[in-house]
Amino acid sequence: MTKGQLPNWVEYGVLPAINLIAAFLVSGAVVLLIGENPLEAVKWLVWGALGYGEGVGFTLFYATNFIFTGLAVAVAFHAGLFNIGGEGQAYVGGLGVALACLAMDQYVPWYVTMPFAILGGAAFGAGWALIPGYLQAKRGSHIVITTIMFNFIASSLMVYLLANVLRPQGSMQPSTRGFEEGGQLPLLRHMFPGFDLGQSPVNLALFISLVACVLVWLLIWRTKLGYEIRTFGQNPSAAVYAGISPVRITVITMLISGALAGMMGINEVMGAQARLLLDFTAGYGFVGIAVALMGRGHPIGIILASVLFGMLYQGGAELAFEIPTITRDMIVVIQALVILFAGALEYMFRPAVVAFFNQFAGEKAVA
Amino acid sequence: MFDVIILVLDSTLRLSTPLLFACLAGLFSERSGVVDIGLEGKMLGGAFAAGTVAYLTGNPWAGLLAAICISIVLSLIHGFASITNRGNQIVSGVAINFLAAGLSVLLGQAWFGQGGRTPQLEIEARFAPITLPFADSVRDVPFLGPIYADLISGHNILVYAAFLTVPLTWWIVFRTRFGLRLRAVGESPHAVDTAGISVVWLRYRAVIICGALCGFAGAYLAIAQSAGFIKDMSAGKGFIALAALIFAKWRPVSAMFACLLFGFLDAIANLMQGQEVPGIGEVPVQFFQALPYILTVVLLAGFIGRAIPPKNVGVPYVKERT
Repeated sequence: MTKGQLPNWVEYGVLPAINLIAAFLVSGAVVLLIGENPLEAVKWLVWGALGYGEGVGFTLFYATNFIFTGLAVAVAFHAGLFNIGGEGQAYVGGLGVALACLAMDQYVPWYVTMPFAILGGAAFGAGWALIPGYLQAKRGSHIVITTIMFNFIASSLMVYLLANVLRPQGSMQPSTRGFEEGGQLPLLRHMFPGFDLGQSPVNLALFISLVACVLVWLLIWRTKLGYEIRTFGQNPSAAVYAGISPVRITVITMLISGALAGMMGINEVMGAQARLLLDFTAGYGFVGIAVALMGRGHPIGIILASVLFGMLYQGGAELAFEIPTITRDMIVVIQALVILFAGALEYMFRPAVVAFFNQFAGEKAVA
Repeated sequence: MFDVIILVLDSTLRLSTPLLFACLAGLFSERSGVVDIGLEGKMLGGAFAAGTVAYLTGNPWAGLLAAICISIVLSLIHGFASITNRGNQIVSGVAINFLAAGLSVLLGQAWFGQGGRTPQLEIEARFAPITLPFADSVRDVPFLGPIYADLISGHNILVYAAFLTVPLTWWIVFRTRFGLRLRAVGESPHAVDTAGISVVWLRYRAVIICGALCGFAGAYLAIAQSAGFIKDMSAGKGFIALAALIFAKWRPVSAMFACLLFGFLDAIANLMQGQEVPGIGEVPVQFFQALPYILTVVLLAGFIGRAIPPKNVGVPYVKERT
């Protein structure tokens, strides 16, 4: 082991854990600042997320969203691209899901609609990521800025479509009509009546997201394309010398990333709401950034991080109910701190940990 | 018709002001090589601080000072992450945005219990409109009278401050030693380091100035334009400012025109709500809202000139390789 390197279990286990603990300690300080007891808050949070069947169901439901958006950010990360537009891609992806459901729900059962809805969500999400990807690859405009701009453009576009085009006659609410049974994914509480999931909307999309995890793992670590994506991400100029086309990799990676974000609509639109609502993405696209950073871009890490954030979202709702001074905005604060410590400050504790392990390793070598 | 034009231009000035502060803030940071997508968050944090302190003290200047302080604190977090720890500057900016969005509402609800707002401010606790000398007496002069009395006069002090910051920024960036070094450190930090100037300290000064200006923007939102802080009141203005900065190609005077353009689009959008455009019909208000973003994308794609950022923007400086 050379100087400055750490064993894998420290690099991928101990360091992220230290970063996470730092984020939670600061969150605890915020709770103290409000004048509440952090331990009490943790108790309600964990109980709300895992203490009873419905809580578990909601935790898994939120986690499904975060797996999709987390994978989207992670795939782009592997190519060295920062796709901050998951929110917009998920929003437009929801439109693709909704259009498939609206077209088919009255004629066919859900399992016929589902592949088209998945395809619709993926295609619309990918389409929304295509322009920023293409502009980055061909015209050199920075993908971070363009994807931010596309989030806002998506938001304006969807407000217009929902208020003026998709809204059924006579309805005041800016949303599509509700889908019939043929446009609704089965809920897990109906599929597995043996489990107590309360009234939670966790649905078949959970399994679709897990399949997506496996596919992303296969793609990134077991295919030629994945190898090219990683090579390009680690060293773009070396990749060019190896005959990898930057334009092709950038565009393809962004398409995959956008498709994954767009598939979030399966869970929210087809699974839970059975209609397309205004702002249904509710910031979940941005949570994907935190999830991908915490999960270190690996599907297993992303699943774990998604469940953790699912717990925060569901437990946070329970917490806000039990201790009204701690509103659900606490989740946004925790999310910010996780992004800060696990992302921007990821190297802060590293020198200390390296020093600790080098000393330890040195002693062993002497003995 | 003339009245309408004056009215639109008047609200253009009001709507451009926060954009201009934030845009110039971003200019200092990005010229030094630190990408800042946290303008939005700093503005929001500043707005909350301004609303809270102006309510508690009844003094707008105290509110402004608080806004500047909080915004600088957020800037320093960004600096600590991206300069000292060489972390990813985009990630850090995203974190700052969420931190401000979450904390402002959380603390606002805990302290005031009004759904994240700060309490409505009395008139003395806000920056009041200033009537410039002779504004009332020249109002009847044709053409120039209304321009002076209704367009130029009658804004609060922060509006004038914003537009005065433009020549000041130009002078600092292009006519002082600090400005020369600021531009140099964004283009080639190694050269600056070789000249014996601290890259770290230079970049920290840049992000502190950035924080201060974002504080002005936030204070304007909370205690000049409105009478208190409202949840998410920055509403994407930080990102529009960022777009304006790119649009202006990182130059102060162009930044002013870019902000005026985007402010104008906003003013037009408000005016056009539900009205017909001759020959086209009703243009959806969402189109005007999306226009600054669309224009920025088109610009970035290189179809209207080329926006070339400072060469080393977003790259952490590593003094020596170990």
